[in-house]
Amino acid sequence: MIEPRKKIKVATTSLAGCFGCHMSLLDIDQRLFTLLEHIEFDRSPLTDIKNCSPDCDIGIVEGGLCNTENIHVLREFRRNCKILIALGACAINGGLPAQRNHWPLAVLLEEVYHTSPGPANGMIPNDPELPLPLDRVHPIHEVVHVDYAIPGCPPSGDAIWKVLTDLLAGREPELGHGLLHYD
Amino acid sequence: MSQTFTIDGRVIPFEIGQTVMQAASQAGIYIPHLCYHPAFKPNGSCKLCTVKVNGRQSASCTLRAQSGMVVESDTEEINAERRTLTQMLFVEGNHFCPSCEKSGHCQLQATAYHLGMMSPHFDHFFPDRAVDASHPDILLDFNRCILCSLCVQASREVDKKQVFALSGRGIGTHLIVNARSGRLADTDFSLADKAAQVCPVGVILKKRTGFAVPIGQRTYDQQPISAPGKVAEEIRHD
Ligand code: SF4
Ligand code: SF4
Ligand code: FES
Repeated sequence: MIEPRKKIKVATTSLAGCFGCHMSLLDIDQRLFTLLEHIEFDRSPLTDIKNCSPDCDIGIVEGGLCNTENIHVLREFRRNCKILIALGACAINGGLPAQRNHWPLAVLLEEVYHTSPGPANGMIPNDPELPLPLDRVHPIHEVVHVDYAIPGCPPSGDAIWKVLTDLLAGREPELGHGLLHYD
Repeated sequence: MSQTFTIDGRVIPFEIGQTVMQAASQAGIYIPHLCYHPAFKPNGSCKLCTVKVNGRQSASCTLRAQSGMVVESDTEEINAERRTLTQMLFVEGNHFCPSCEKSGHCQLQATAYHLGMMSPHFDHFFPDRAVDASHPDILLDFNRCILCSLCVQASREVDKKQVFALSGRGIGTHLIVNARSGRLADTDFSLADKAAQVCPVGVILKKRTGFAVPIGQRTYDQQPISAPGKVAEEIRHD
């Protein structure tokens, strides 16, 4: 009997991102079924598994680093995934969240919780369970080694499909004109 | 009879006095460039147009063509160096393309696409740079300035105004506006100025026109920057 070929294990997560890149993953549409013949999802919002298995082949990270929890999760991905992919502008250069980098964190917290009206009642949240915000938002390659990047805000489903199928076929992933864009 | 040299094995005719860049664009060959503009004297600041001539590297926009030169341009080695230069330009400024009005019409971005730049590779500087929205028709977003000095040249040579200048040295170099207040509103800058049209990135922007063309239909969505005819063209999107 021929053994069924082992499926490639893929983990995905969103750090300081908006889940737009994950939405693009779904934009792969019916080709997702083709993909699922070759891959299985490990830790991912699609499975709701909380931690990466130690033998993941591909880790896909959306979003940059804006708090200590993000760094923790990113390091877990790097430890457990052979190939790490930065998916989208936020993971690659901090994206929209990094536009806060020009203001000191204290000023931002003041603005959000003291100056603007809202439910916080003038209190800056300080529950010990909350991850500490970083003073600046960082792209993920500033903390761990990243193997591949798929630019875009978000990248198109076609771009994600191209990179994944290139990798599955053992090719160096390449995005040509139309698929490679930063917006 | 015109003389010739070769680029990547292709024979290129040239007139005495022409630069390698000029002869190449005339022959329809694209050499990546950011600070070169056909209407202005080359200033050779970005080094994106670097080629290898007889084994030595040189900026092709300032290098005079000579008969028999052997020029290498579109090679993996040289493109890798050009890619590194674009990566440095990206991390030295604040380039958040998704929220930039110039996205899709931007030569820095399109050049990075051409060179297959997938990530910025280096640590980001996230420098603090101001925005000047004082002028009624024009917005200046210094976050994206790559110091090509085309606006300086255009303002001085074509508009006869000297609205812009580069100030400071090394990593401290920055673009300034020539007014006591430093504000564009306090100069005689106008939308009709040549300097309002030459910026290859999204610094000098016409107000109330941003995002008029949807993503997918913009200049470099349609055709890559290396497409024939794009080479010597002045890029405008308004
Ligand atoms: S100037 Fe060009 S590279 Fe910079 S943010 Fe705008 S589109 Fe992107
Ligand atoms: S504002 Fe634009 S044209 Fe002027 S130096 Fe900066 S990048 Fe060049
Ligand atoms: S185009 Fe030649 S140095 Fe910038």
